Amino acid sequence: MLDLEINGKPYQVDVEEDTPLLWVLRDTVGLKGTKFGCGVSACGACTIHMDGEPIRSCTYPVADAVGTKITTIEGLATDALSNVQQAWIDEQVPQCGYCQSGMIMAVSAMLSENPEPTDEDIDDTITNICRCGTYPRIRKAIHKAAKMQGGS
Amino acid sequence: MAKLKLTRRKFLVAGAIVGGGLAVGYGVLSGEPDEAAFSATADDGEIALNAWIKINKDGIVTVAIPRQEMGQGVLTALAMLVAEELDADFDSIQVEQAPIADVYANAVLLKDALPFSDSYHEGEDSIGSWGMGKAAAMLGVQATGGSTSVRDAWGPMRQAGATARSLLVNAAARTWNVPVEECSVKNGVVTHSGSNKNGNFGEFVVKAASEAVTLDHSLKDPKDYSLIGKSQKRLDIPEKVTGQAVFGVDVDVPDMVHAAVSLCPVFGGTLASYDDGEAKDMPGVLKVIPFETGVAVIADSFWRAKTAVEAISMTFNEGDGRSLSSDGILQTLEENLSSEDGRTYSEEGDAEAALTQATDKTEAVYKVPYLAHACMEPMNCTAKVTEDGVEIWMPNQAPTLIKWFAEKMADVPAENVKVHTTLLGGGFGRRAEIDLVVMAVTIAKEMKNRPVKLIWTRENDIQHDMYRPAAVSRFQAALGSDGTIESWSNRIVGQSVSGSFTARLLPWATMDAPDNTTSEGAADIPYSFPNRLVDHVPVKFAVPVGFWRSVGHSYNGFFTECFMDEMAHKAGKDPIDFRLSHLSERKDFTDVLKKVAEVSNWSTPLEAGRGRGVALHESFGSIVAQVAEVTISNDKDISVDKIYCVIDTGTVVNPDTIVAQMESGIIFGLTAALYGDITIEDGQVVNSNFPDYDMIKLATTPEIETHLVPSGRRIGGVGEPGTPPIAPAVANAVFAATGERIRELPLAKHGYIG
Repeated sequence: MLDLEINGKPYQVDVEEDTPLLWVLRDTVGLKGTKFGCGVSACGACTIHMDGEPIRSCTYPVADAVGTKITTIEGLATDALSNVQQAWIDEQVPQCGYCQSGMIMAVSAMLSENPEPTDEDIDDTITNICRCGTYPRIRKAIHKAAKMQGGS
Repeated sequence: MAKLKLTRRKFLVAGAIVGGGLAVGYGVLSGEPDEAAFSATADDGEIALNAWIKINKDGIVTVAIPRQEMGQGVLTALAMLVAEELDADFDSIQVEQAPIADVYANAVLLKDALPFSDSYHEGEDSIGSWGMGKAAAMLGVQATGGSTSVRDAWGPMRQAGATARSLLVNAAARTWNVPVEECSVKNGVVTHSGSNKNGNFGEFVVKAASEAVTLDHSLKDPKDYSLIGKSQKRLDIPEKVTGQAVFGVDVDVPDMVHAAVSLCPVFGGTLASYDDGEAKDMPGVLKVIPFETGVAVIADSFWRAKTAVEAISMTFNEGDGRSLSSDGILQTLEENLSSEDGRTYSEEGDAEAALTQATDKTEAVYKVPYLAHACMEPMNCTAKVTEDGVEIWMPNQAPTLIKWFAEKMADVPAENVKVHTTLLGGGFGRRAEIDLVVMAVTIAKEMKNRPVKLIWTRENDIQHDMYRPAAVSRFQAALGSDGTIESWSNRIVGQSVSGSFTARLLPWATMDAPDNTTSEGAADIPYSFPNRLVDHVPVKFAVPVGFWRSVGHSYNGFFTECFMDEMAHKAGKDPIDFRLSHLSERKDFTDVLKKVAEVSNWSTPLEAGRGRGVALHESFGSIVAQVAEVTISNDKDISVDKIYCVIDTGTVVNPDTIVAQMESGIIFGLTAALYGDITIEDGQVVNSNFPDYDMIKLATTPEIETHLVPSGRRIGGVGEPGTPPIAPAVANAVFAATGERIRELPLAKHGYIG
């Protein structure tokens, strides 16, 4: 049994220690907002926060997550939408939407480290893949969220 | 004022109480389209369509959408068509996926609904007409593809709204005992002008259901539109920012188990033997199931299933497939440039004779590789097989085909087959295929009465796709004395997508008929040449090919628009002026091209190391022109800086969705132009995952500026037309910047690092 803390709640899971955190979140805990895209940390669809840092959970062994605070898309904002989520709606970012949980988690982590990212910062930090090509809107939404965050 | 007149024979309408509300259903069964409004929405041939409107007693309107949402915004656009004529309150509108092949022929079948375009070829029966005729006889096909959804729904879904509106107004007038003509509707509220009485739809739905249905409704004059043509927020976006949206991989049904597979890597190979000694005792493993092309493991979680299936050693009967390689395939394609078996798709004058006489002939050969779809959501299907039924949960573009194959594989009565279509994490043509449902049902039959969720890994996906075909194209052309093209001969060689697809659906049908997807975007280019010959030589390989966003246009757009650029250079003309001089009879194309010249400041010079390229291409009913600006360093680092995009879709429904689809199509095509290359060696795909099948990311995304110029021509599609022009626009920009003519994609093959 491994003890995890996910979105502020305690969970006990009975899985092999090398199971990627992604599959524990999705199949064991039942939080399916975090997506499987590549299984090799290449696309970022599985991005979550571990102690506030962005982690690609598809290659992260669950045993290493014990003792950390895990946040998934479901726990990003509980009462109202976060600035990033609201900016995503305002700029009409998602198309198929499959990569967007990971995008939003990666961007949220970036903005807490770097509240006013330049375009270059964005290019260097957000390397997630979106096959629908929502990138132009993602860039706009990041700048918008940064502004909203600064104003609040 | 457009009027839709329909005879009872063609238009079966039923009003019925459903769940305490009103449902209006339409089914149009195979009639000859002799009325004007019908010919506006359909080509000749079979048409079956439907739209459902449900209104509950609170006045909430639910529109059933007979197409699948894969990111293209179809839920919103189709709801807008209904809401416009219904005068519903769009802020409270609900959407749901329509059921399949219900009692009202609840299936959508249009000539274009499966992307078997049949509009160019004359004479021989094509695979398209054959396949559609066959399909129409057997079942109504409900499918999403070919950028058809809004085009198909344009007439009928507005008419559905108008019919429901009339039922509600009649019911209100009868309730108030006032003339119908004195009642009006706005935002879901019916008002009587004389008395100021009003009530929302919910107050009249029960009575409306018993009103006599009339079929002759005036549709709005476009100047009176309150929704169409104005950007509406997409209905599916809120749940996509909170992680609540349910895709196929997220399906969770009671008692479900998980499956992973290991497949024969060689095309056409089959399983010979396997050793599951270690795997079957691994944690959580419930069953090991061999099947024709591989082995599946069923376990209590996907990870355990995947870990176990990878511990199984297998041998395969690899057959002839092993001799396949990309180089060998290209060589065969090139050899067939001189084949005697070309099939003509477009012919005017006598190009062959004119080229023989020409003193200065230009010749060029272009090539493209296979490409994978790589939808972000890996392929998956959940299947539950019982003694006499089967239930499927699946992100798919063709629910009718899925239903058909689930029935066939499970061998159960048709009425015991149920298909649930989830949101699609990308489609691009890949999810029109039936391979996943066939595999999932095969596996689930061995675990009766338990739902089995089969998920493919990304490696399964990249190595077992139905690929965009590799193709080769040869041009021979000569200029006339006036500097315009006098003769143009274009031969394309490659596999037939429709042939490959049809063979997968109906293996007993060996087809060698014309396939317009092979030559679309080459046979139908808008330029006038006195002598023109476009033909295609079909070649068969064991590599399965399928519908990949924009299909034949994806390569013919690159071929034709790059070669036009070569001819402009040869003629010593500006590329846009040169194109315009071949478009004198096409005002629509001329307007789009002039607009892109204007918005891109085409005639202003760029500094050294930068270049501009243009491409103009019509596909799926829409005309798109793009100008690409690139910067190239001395060591061939390429930056695609900006794309100007102009599109004429005829009529605009949801403007922001069209802009989004242009951005999407451009980036999809740019990935292919810069990197896309599925390589085959020893009969198997060498690429395996995103690191070696690279994608455009934020850092490599150009700025994109889109302009909509609806001319009022017949309404066109938007999901695919953004893709074909981007590769030639970029390749032509590379020529402008460097003088190097790119005749083979991707650019990475020529040392350009994006």
